[in-house]
Amino acid sequence: MLAGLNFATLLLSVAVCQGSRYKDIDSETVSVDQGSTYGSLWPLPQQVSLSEVSFKLSSSSFRVVDAEGSSAGPSCNILQNAYRRYYEYVFGNARKTGHFKRKAATSELSELQVSITSGDSDCDGYPGATSDESYELTVDQPYAILKAPKVWGALRGLETFSQLVYEDEYGAKSINSSKIVDFPRFQHRGILLDTSRHFLPIKVILANLEAMSINKFNVFHWHIVDDPSFPYLSRTFPQLSQMGAYHPYTHVYTPGDVKMIIEFARLRGIRVVPEFDTPGHTQSWGKGQKDLLTPCYSGSTPSGTFGPVNPILNTTYDFMNLLFKEISEVFPDAYVHLGGDEVDFNCWKSNPDIQKWMDEHALGKDYAKLESFYIQKLLGIVAATKKGSMIWQEVFDNGVKLPADAVVNVWMGSGLQEEMFNVTAAGFTTILSAPWYLDYISYGQDWQRYYKVEPLDFKGSDAQNKLVIGGEACLWGEFVDSTNLTPRLWPRASAVGERLWSAKDVTDVNDAYSRLAKHRCRMVERGIPAEPLFTSFCRHEYKGN
Amino acid sequence: MACCTLCLPALMMLVLDLNTVESVWPLPQKLANSEERYPLSPTHFNFHYGEDQASIMTDCSLLDSAFTRYFPLIFPDLTSGNGVLPSTEEKAFSLVVTMQQKDCDGYPNEGSSERYQLNVSAGQAVLNSDTVWGALRGLETFSQLVQQDEDGTYFINKTEIEDFPSFQYRGILLDTSRHFLPLKAILNTLDAMAYSKFNVFHWHIVDDPSFPYQSRTFPDLSSKGAYHPMSHIYTQSDVRRVLTHARLRGIRVIPEFDSPGHTQSWGKGQPNLLTPCYKGSSPSGKFGPINPASALSYAFMSQFLKEVTSVFPDPYLHLGGDEVNFSCWQSNPDVRAFMHKMGFGKDYTKLESFYMENIVNITSNLNKTSIVWQDVFDYHERIPKDTILHIWKGLPAQYKAETSRMTKAGHRVLLGAPWYINHIAYGQDWRISYNVQPLNFPGTEEQKKLVIGGEVSMWGEYVDATNLSPRLWPRACAAAERLWSDESQTRSAEAAFPRLQAFRCSLLRRGVRAEPLSPGHCTNEYRGI
Repeated sequence: MLAGLNFATLLLSVAVCQGSRYKDIDSETVSVDQGSTYGSLWPLPQQVSLSEVSFKLSSSSFRVVDAEGSSAGPSCNILQNAYRRYYEYVFGNARKTGHFKRKAATSELSELQVSITSGDSDCDGYPGATSDESYELTVDQPYAILKAPKVWGALRGLETFSQLVYEDEYGAKSINSSKIVDFPRFQHRGILLDTSRHFLPIKVILANLEAMSINKFNVFHWHIVDDPSFPYLSRTFPQLSQMGAYHPYTHVYTPGDVKMIIEFARLRGIRVVPEFDTPGHTQSWGKGQKDLLTPCYSGSTPSGTFGPVNPILNTTYDFMNLLFKEISEVFPDAYVHLGGDEVDFNCWKSNPDIQKWMDEHALGKDYAKLESFYIQKLLGIVAATKKGSMIWQEVFDNGVKLPADAVVNVWMGSGLQEEMFNVTAAGFTTILSAPWYLDYISYGQDWQRYYKVEPLDFKGSDAQNKLVIGGEACLWGEFVDSTNLTPRLWPRASAVGERLWSAKDVTDVNDAYSRLAKHRCRMVERGIPAEPLFTSFCRHEYKGN
Repeated sequence: MACCTLCLPALMMLVLDLNTVESVWPLPQKLANSEERYPLSPTHFNFHYGEDQASIMTDCSLLDSAFTRYFPLIFPDLTSGNGVLPSTEEKAFSLVVTMQQKDCDGYPNEGSSERYQLNVSAGQAVLNSDTVWGALRGLETFSQLVQQDEDGTYFINKTEIEDFPSFQYRGILLDTSRHFLPLKAILNTLDAMAYSKFNVFHWHIVDDPSFPYQSRTFPDLSSKGAYHPMSHIYTQSDVRRVLTHARLRGIRVIPEFDSPGHTQSWGKGQPNLLTPCYKGSSPSGKFGPINPASALSYAFMSQFLKEVTSVFPDPYLHLGGDEVNFSCWQSNPDVRAFMHKMGFGKDYTKLESFYMENIVNITSNLNKTSIVWQDVFDYHERIPKDTILHIWKGLPAQYKAETSRMTKAGHRVLLGAPWYINHIAYGQDWRISYNVQPLNFPGTEEQKKLVIGGEVSMWGEYVDATNLSPRLWPRACAAAERLWSDESQTRSAEAAFPRLQAFRCSLLRRGVRAEPLSPGHCTNEYRGI
C-alpha cells in the first residue's frame, strides 16, 4: 500500500520555480469566499431545508434530552456522553456567566429531543460494517427533534445540529428553523493512521478520532505495526513489542491503551479495524519472534538479513494462529486487515530451503504462488476466529481464493479503474484508497483534488457499483508524527469525508470552499489544529504551540 | 582518569557515541573533540563570569537571563540526573564566560560580532567572545554538547571550538498578514531560531489581506485593516515583547512595511492613500497601489515611517517594493497627468522608481538603511548604493545571475530565492535547501563579500498557528547551517543527515514542534497534538 515512489525522483520533482513572490497562480483559483447557502455544514447532508426563522439558544436553559418513547435512555452511555460533548461544543466557554433573569423569549429553542426509533438502539454495541447511520433532524419550536433508528445515526445528527448553531453579532447562539434528512452515501468512510513508522501518542490518536467524528468518518484503519517498529503489546507474545518497538515502554500500546482507543471510538460511532500486515512489512516482528522471518542467503550462506514471514514452516502458522486469536479478542470489529502488499521475493528466492519446498510442491519459480499459499492459510486462520478479512489489492491480483466476505482495499493509482472493475466483477466488496494518499503533500489547495474524485468512476454495472462500500484517506507515517499529523490530516481529509458521505452531485468546489473554511475554523475552536485552506482568519485562532 | 577504568560495555558505548559527539547544529567552523568525557551534575554546575571581568560583568542582565534559560536546556531532565551521581567535589563543573566588550544593554545589529571560542576540559569550560552576542552563540553550542548517557547521567566531551558565522545575516521571514500569528507563535519561533543560530527575524507584518500592526499615529490602520480590531492585532506592547524576546536571544527584528503594492489593507484605515482605479472615466470603486502622484501619500509615509523607526530599533528597515501592478495607475487620469508632468511617458516603472526613491530617501533621513525586494533594482536605474537588495525570484541560474549583477553594481545582497519554504513537497526537501551555494555566482572576491547572507521565507497563504512550527522546523535548519557553517565542511547533506536528526530530537525535547525527517523515533516525543 505504500506507493513505490523513488526518493530521488521525488527530490527532483520539487517545484523550485516561483511565478510570484507569494503564491502559485493555481492557488488563486478558489480564494473568494462567496458564502454558501448551507452555512458551515460539513459534510453536506443529503437533504437540507433551511428557513430564515431563527431561534436563540440559551446556555443556561438549553438541554439535549432523550425523547419520550426513545428506545435509549439515561443508561445509554454513548448518547449521554454525546449530549454533554455537543453541549460543550455548542456553548464553548460562554457557559455560565452571571446574567439577569429573563423570561425565555418566544424565539428560544430550549430542547433538542433525541429519539432512537428502532427497538434495539445499539447502545451497548459496537458500530459495524452495516450499522445504520441515518437520521432526521427537525429544528422548530418548541423543540428540535432528532430521530434515528440507531444511536449511530443520532451521533451523526448531533454533529449536524451543532453545525447549525451559529453566533450572532452579540455572541448569542442561534439556530435557524430547519429540516434535515440524512444518511451516508458510502458505508465505509475510513482514516488510516500508521503507528509503526512513527509512534503516535494516545493523545494524538484520540484527538484524531474526535476530528473523525466531526467529519462523520466511521472507520479507524489502524496500521499498527510494520517494518520499522512493533508498538502493539501482545499479551501472548510480549517479546514482539519488547524487542520490536522503538522503545519497550514509552513507544508501545498496552492492552489498556488499545481498550481506551476502542471505547473512545465506539462512543463516536467509529469502528477500529487493526491491520497486521504480513508476510511483507514485518521486519520489526522478527526481532521478538525467532524463526518467523525468512533468513536471506548470500550465495550458500545466510547473509544475516531477513525477508518476509517464512511461509514454509509449520511454526509460522502456529504463531499466526495464536496471534490472530488474540487480535480477534482484543479488537471487537468484525474485520481484521491482513495487509498482503508489497512482498519482495528476493529473499525467498535466495533461501535454499524455500527453493526446495517450492520444488517439492511443484510451484516452480512462481513466488506469487508461494505468497498466495501463505495468504490462503492465513485467511483460514482468521476465518476460524470468526472475523472477516480486509486485504490490499495484490492479494486479489495474485489470484488468491478469497472468502466471499473479503474486502479488497485498492491502493494503486495506476490501472485504478480496471482494478475497480475487476475486483467488483469478481463479486468482492471494495474500498478505495488510491486517490487519497494524504501523506503526499504539495503546495496549494490539494484538498480540491481529493474532493473531485468520484469513487464510482469506472465502467461497472449497478451491481458492481454497489460493491464499492467506501474509501479511506491514508496518512502513511514516513514523514508524520505527533508534531505535524493533525494539521496535515485536517482539513484535507475533510474533503474525502464529504465525498464519501454526501450525495454524488455535491461537487461545487466554490460552495465547498466556503463551507470547509468555516468548518476548519470550527475544528480549530474545538481544539483540533486543522490547517488553513488559504489566506484567511478564524475568529478564534489556534491557541496551542 | 575515570575513562581509563571503564569496563568493556562502556567502551563500546563510547564508540557508538562517537557519531553523536559532533552533534552541534549548525556545525562550528573549527571543532576538535576527543573521547575523553566529563560527567556533569545539575547540582554541581554553575555559570561564572571570567575572573578579570568580574568587576564589570556582574550586571549583565542579558547574560544572566541566558544562564537561567540555558540551565534547563542543558539539563532537560533534572530528576534523572539527580541522585544518580554521587555528590562529590570532583564532579563540580563551571562554564566560565569572558567577553571583550561590555555591551549588554544594546540591540544586536549588522556589525555585531558573534565569534566565540569554547574550550571544554576537566571541570570547566571556558567561553570567550568579543561580545555578548558571541557569548549567546557559545552558550547554545555548549548546551548542544551536553548529552545524556543511558543512565541519564549528563556528560560532555573534551572539546575545542572556534566559531563564527560565515554570513552575518541569517534570517527568517514570517508573514503575519495572510494569517494572523498569535504572539506565542512568534515567540516560540524566536526560541527555535536561537537554537539554530538564526539572527534576524524579518517581520512581514502587514500586506494586502490584513494590517495587524497597531500604529500609535494611525490607529485606524489596524482598527479597520486588521482581520479583527481587537483580537487580531499586535499592540505596541506586543511589539516590544517581540523586540525584547528577540534581543535576549541575539536576534534582530527587521519589520517590513511593503509598499506601494501589497497595501490593500492599508487603504481601509487611511482614506486617499491608495490609487482609485478607474473604469473608463469614472472610479470603479476599487483601489490599486499607493497613489504616487499625491503629495499626501509621501506626507503619510513620512509620518508613518517615523513612527516605525522609533518603534523598531534595528538600523535596517524593509520597504518591500515588489510586484507592483500598473493597471490601476494606468487607469487613473490623475496619475496619467502626473506621468505627463514628470516626463515619464508611458513607462510606469519610472513612476514606481520615483515612488521608491522618495521612500528610500525618507528612510535614510530617519537614519535607517533600506532593504528592498529585487524588483526595485530590476526596474530602476538610481538606487542609493547603501540600499540592500533582497533576491526572491527564480531558479538557481537566474538568482545567481541576479546576484552577479547586483554586486557588480556595488549593492549588498540578501539571498531569499532558494529558501521559500512555504513551498512544500513530499520527502526530504531540506536537502535542496542544504545544497544551496550562496557564493557560487560569477563575480570577484569583492562582489562575494557583498552577499551579506540569506533568509528563509515562510509566506502565510497556507500557514497559521496550527501548522507553522512543523513546517518551519527542522526544514529551516538546513539554511541555518548553510549560512553559519563553513561550506567546505558541510557539502554533504547525507553526512549532515544523522546530525540533523539528532538536532531535531533535541528541538522536540525543547518543546519545538519540529516534524520528522524520516521514519524513526525520538526518546522524548512531542507531547501535544
